[in-house]
Amino acid sequence: MFKRMSALLLVGATVMTMAGCGSGGATSATETGSGSGGGDNKITMGFSQVGAESGWRTANTKSVQESAKTAGIDLKFSDAQQKQENQIKAIRSFIQQKVDVIAFSPVVESGWDTVLKEAKNAKIPVILTDRAVDSQDTSLYKTFLGSDFVEEGKKAGQWLVEEYKDSTETVNIVELQGTTGSAPANDRKAGFAEVIGADAKFKVIASQTGDFTRAKGKEVMEAFLKSNPDIDVLYAHNDDMGLGAIEAIEGAGKVPGKDIKIITVDAVKDGMQALADGKINYIVECSPLLGPQLMDLAKKVVAGEQVPARVVTEETTFTQEQAKEALPSRQY
Amino acid sequence: MNAAAVIRHRLFWPAAVLVLLLAANVFFTPGFLSVELKDGHLYGSLIDIARFGAPLILVAIGMTLVIATGGIDLSVGSVVAISGALACLWITDLDDQQSVGGVLTAVGLALGLALFLGLCNGVLVAGIGIQPIVATLILMVAGRGLAQLITDGQILTVNSAPYKLIGGGYWLTLPFGVLIVAAVLAITAFLTRRMALGLLLESVGGNPVASRLAGIRSRGLIVTVYAFCALCAGIAGLMVSSNVSSADGNNAGLWIELDAILAVVIGGTSLAGGRFSLGGTVLGALVIQTLTTTIYTIGIPPETTLLFKALVVVAVCLLQSPAFREKALNRRRRRPQAAPASADPKVKVPA
Repeated sequence: MFKRMSALLLVGATVMTMAGCGSGGATSATETGSGSGGGDNKITMGFSQVGAESGWRTANTKSVQESAKTAGIDLKFSDAQQKQENQIKAIRSFIQQKVDVIAFSPVVESGWDTVLKEAKNAKIPVILTDRAVDSQDTSLYKTFLGSDFVEEGKKAGQWLVEEYKDSTETVNIVELQGTTGSAPANDRKAGFAEVIGADAKFKVIASQTGDFTRAKGKEVMEAFLKSNPDIDVLYAHNDDMGLGAIEAIEGAGKVPGKDIKIITVDAVKDGMQALADGKINYIVECSPLLGPQLMDLAKKVVAGEQVPARVVTEETTFTQEQAKEALPSRQY
Repeated sequence: MNAAAVIRHRLFWPAAVLVLLLAANVFFTPGFLSVELKDGHLYGSLIDIARFGAPLILVAIGMTLVIATGGIDLSVGSVVAISGALACLWITDLDDQQSVGGVLTAVGLALGLALFLGLCNGVLVAGIGIQPIVATLILMVAGRGLAQLITDGQILTVNSAPYKLIGGGYWLTLPFGVLIVAAVLAITAFLTRRMALGLLLESVGGNPVASRLAGIRSRGLIVTVYAFCALCAGIAGLMVSSNVSSADGNNAGLWIELDAILAVVIGGTSLAGGRFSLGGTVLGALVIQTLTTTIYTIGIPPETTLLFKALVVVAVCLLQSPAFREKALNRRRRRPQAAPASADPKVKVPA
């Protein structure tokens, strides 16, 4: 018994230490508590971020903070460090401070009903960003702003259909999927398959998971190149797998972007560089820069205007020429 | 040697599975075994298996010695990530990423850190007496965090030709990584099989108390093997990150410790310690890598990949078990187990 207790204590202590040595101040929601709640016309927004687990997320945070400044919105930002209880705490503190609108990216899908009801009772509108919640009662939040992965897959497919519209020959496609079972992988695959399925000349001859990583992307592509001598197109569910595959293609003595056309999703900096260099042919953006859209929505919601229940992040696509222009100002 | 003796050889069944896997590949992809010269280096599926298998073989060689002393090292995957991350971080800060000196410094730093981490493991196990599985679990968990700290959670990309050579380059038409593995394997085999070191390791693994009473300094030996294992993992980390010219703190070397332990087990080394087979480990690692490549070339859907892998591994383990063979294949009773054989000279890296 004693052993078990001490083990528990140890685990607890470790968790506390780990939480403590993060970026400092887990729920620093009260940093600008100057009572700006009601008086002036300036909108106050409480935003609870998931954490800072990736470059994508860091860019997301920056975008929200900067666009709040330009939109003249007073932002109370809180980093939940991947913990739901931190987020719930932050939202409660936003309610107490009587902010005008609350926005957050839920860490997990479920368990939000209670705290969202509190917000509703306090008549503070809620906007979800990037991730959805799994709640029966959709009146608990005003809208959900985020990417549509199926749409991303469709965009990739549409470019391919356009590119090969004059050709009657069979187009052999290989696909590098994301982590098996993850939502982006499933949806990007489905959207792509739906568009190219309309024409029988498009054939997916091999499809494997590359776990969203560069190393796996390269390894799988090496094998594809050997088992399928005639590959026309590669569709990778993210830039990193595409970048790994480019190395494999170069190693096989072929020219990426010419001998094998490459489509990827994400548009991170390294991917855009490869696109500008002509090694990738087309990138579908999955953008973390939803700040400006979020501020627009916030203003509308506070003004009492109707907003659609689902807003898709403004995302674009990049060809090689567009990449050259966009590259210098790429933030992530 | 007659046929019965060949079948009774410890490594017959893993070797048979390897041959079977290769045969299956030839069946699905007729040109699978062909190796050609392309852009001045060898090119073909067999080369791929050796090249992508190189980090696993390295990690497994280190793991073999640790397991021979009755220990286990779960932290190798994290060390792989840390060493790649540190090397890439150093190279990105260089003024000239092509400078050989700078890259060598990066490699030295990364391997130095790996060695230090291995020493920590060894001290925890031998000096303080923590169970190996717990002692190395600490670094397994914390190490991944350390790797992410080094890379700042991002993927570091480098553009350095000298660094690229380690895991993605060629020398004398052969993949450089495979040459590194061959060198490490040769040195390890020499030290453990031509010197007394291997025997000492086995005696420590077989009975630590008895070997201490016989005058073997088991503590120093154990610290050494953990340091060596981490060093191997460090080199493997350089290969993994150099192969794709980038360091990914989250995913580099993820679960490689399990593959390495599996390779060691397939190679016939007992997890209880006391004996080991380097040749068997290399064979085991090649079986695993060939299996992975087979999955890609045959086109097994990703949803069923793990099941397929599991079935093959279960088959290998069952075939290796004399008790199972006796029952299933109805063979004659097996003879008394031969003494731990020396590293099998027949098994070589097919490079």
